[in-house]
Amino acid sequence: MANQPNKATVQPPVKTASGTKGASARQKLLAFSSLVLLVIIFSILSPNFFQPYNLIAIMLSTAVNGVLAIGVTFVIITGGIDLSVGTMMTFTAVMAAQTVAVWNLPVIVGVLVALLVGTICGMASGIMVAKFKIPPFIATLGMSMLTKGLSLIIANSKPIYFTNAPSFSQISMGTMFPFLQDFQIPNAVIILFVLAILASFVLNNTIFGRYTFAIGSNEEAVRLSGINTDRWKIAVYAVNGLICGVAGILIASRLNSAQPALGQGYELDAIAAAVIGGTSLSGGEGTILGTIIGAFIMSTLTNGLRILSVPQEWQIVTTGIIIIFAVYMDMLRKRR
Amino acid sequence: MKKRTVVLAFILMLVAVGSLAAQQYYIPLISKGFQHQFWQAVKEGAEQAAKDLGVTITFEGPESEAMVDKQIDMLAAALAKNPSAIGFAALDSKAAIPYLQQAKAKNIPVIAFDSGVDSDIPLTTCATDNIAAAAYAADKMAELIGGAGEIAVVVHDQTSRTGIERRDGFVNRIKSKYPKITIVTVQYGGGDHLRSTDLTKAIIQSHPNLKGIFGANEGSAIGVLNGVKEMGKIGKIVVIGYDSGAQQIAAIRSGEMAGAITQNPVGIGYQVVASAVKALKGEKLPKFVDTGFYWYDKTNIDDPKIQAVLYQ
Repeated sequence: MANQPNKATVQPPVKTASGTKGASARQKLLAFSSLVLLVIIFSILSPNFFQPYNLIAIMLSTAVNGVLAIGVTFVIITGGIDLSVGTMMTFTAVMAAQTVAVWNLPVIVGVLVALLVGTICGMASGIMVAKFKIPPFIATLGMSMLTKGLSLIIANSKPIYFTNAPSFSQISMGTMFPFLQDFQIPNAVIILFVLAILASFVLNNTIFGRYTFAIGSNEEAVRLSGINTDRWKIAVYAVNGLICGVAGILIASRLNSAQPALGQGYELDAIAAAVIGGTSLSGGEGTILGTIIGAFIMSTLTNGLRILSVPQEWQIVTTGIIIIFAVYMDMLRKRR
Repeated sequence: MKKRTVVLAFILMLVAVGSLAAQQYYIPLISKGFQHQFWQAVKEGAEQAAKDLGVTITFEGPESEAMVDKQIDMLAAALAKNPSAIGFAALDSKAAIPYLQQAKAKNIPVIAFDSGVDSDIPLTTCATDNIAAAAYAADKMAELIGGAGEIAVVVHDQTSRTGIERRDGFVNRIKSKYPKITIVTVQYGGGDHLRSTDLTKAIIQSHPNLKGIFGANEGSAIGVLNGVKEMGKIGKIVVIGYDSGAQQIAAIRSGEMAGAITQNPVGIGYQVVASAVKALKGEKLPKFVDTGFYWYDKTNIDDPKIQAVLYQ
């Protein structure tokens, strides 16, 4: 935290992205070795942990949080925050269900509606942040309540079931590799990995990615160099919204229903995954690979503690300790 | 150096906890929550049964009743542990079906509890017999209004199982046993305090001779109470509620509410574990295990047995 303003004034914005690469590679390594360590510990402690069935359960439970975390990583890199990702996801799920189950339109239309609704909501948050200068914390908190309320209204506070579209559940629960016998990776997991590769490419190899980092490092400098930062910021929030739409489809498909009351609290899990993976809450720093590892650390920890039958209260305590520990290690690294 | 010590301590802690769980029959219970007093009471009952019957249990539930996906993750992790049996209170039966089928394929008996699971996979359901409980409320109502007169019923909804069963239990008992009592209307307030209040006021307005109102869940009961209060009819209209909660408990203490039915969460927890053990021993189970209920009013509210099942 202490070196942040210093870094912002000294380093030219565009260079920051590449300048932190060595450091974030170290963080990724640290995060990755923590994940491997967790897997080894749990495998030693319980014969039930390292089994195909359980590994698939872990991956499946990572899918939704992982996707949300990818989206929120973009926003956090710009120095912002999005507290609405959980309820935005729910809202897109409800809209997809409304389209497919109530209006009887094809599944593909439902998917497109979810993606579109997510993008619009994200864009709205972006406009509030960039144009109206509302602090991201407040703007997205408002968006969170707004989408939560709308989900309840549209679904009439009850789950909407995809009873007329049995294929909808295949989006998450089907598998593209049926030949893998005992290790049938569900599509939700494949979608997570494909999205991660895409997002990583966009963040590292496109002008969109470069400005995302630059805005997070020193927004003023970027603006002074003649770039319309407002427009890029809105685009970042819109991309996050689009990714929430992906998460909405995954969760609706997994539950074979849109659950309108679900979603609150999921944003904190997504933010935690990003931060554990080395994304800096003060902006300008972060990687998608780190975020994915962060999401896997969280779900592996939760699953492992359950497999070991650790009482639920202690599961929460342990997860809290691990998050604090991970972020503390990150700060130690930066001080060096 | 320090880091290594921390990691080592952590591993040792996990080993210690992990080794505790390695005993004979293991039955994980996946509930709808764990922080709520109601669920803590269910857990208490389950732990008591585990102690009495010499089995190991774990008790888990999501942080809120909206987190359907988290509950399913819990069910998946429970299945990965190759348990002897599973106790399950579904937040959403339909979403859990693939995992229940896995349990069936692995020959793991599933015991449903609380609201039950909408599937034929569970061997039995341990829950409150809402029909019997609401019928008992009807008996109490008849007793308190002197066996004759007009009464009304405010229910949370006409679609949920608890709504339907409590309404029918109450209405059918009055019709069959108390011919001098007329139910002037049955209204639905969504379990919402405000809507139930408005409903109640309208009912009292159009039926000035009303002698009693039954509110079929916590929200309905509070709504009825508020409506009676706002119309200045406290003491003239007998109010009977269902479940507990801080407001309802206070109203019963002060005498504004005549009494209420409470479920027996401790009994639910006990019966889940007991039923699972019976299933493992090859005994036949009934389709439904009634976990009982209590009537509580001013006179017995401080009875430890009642206090154990009330929640704020």
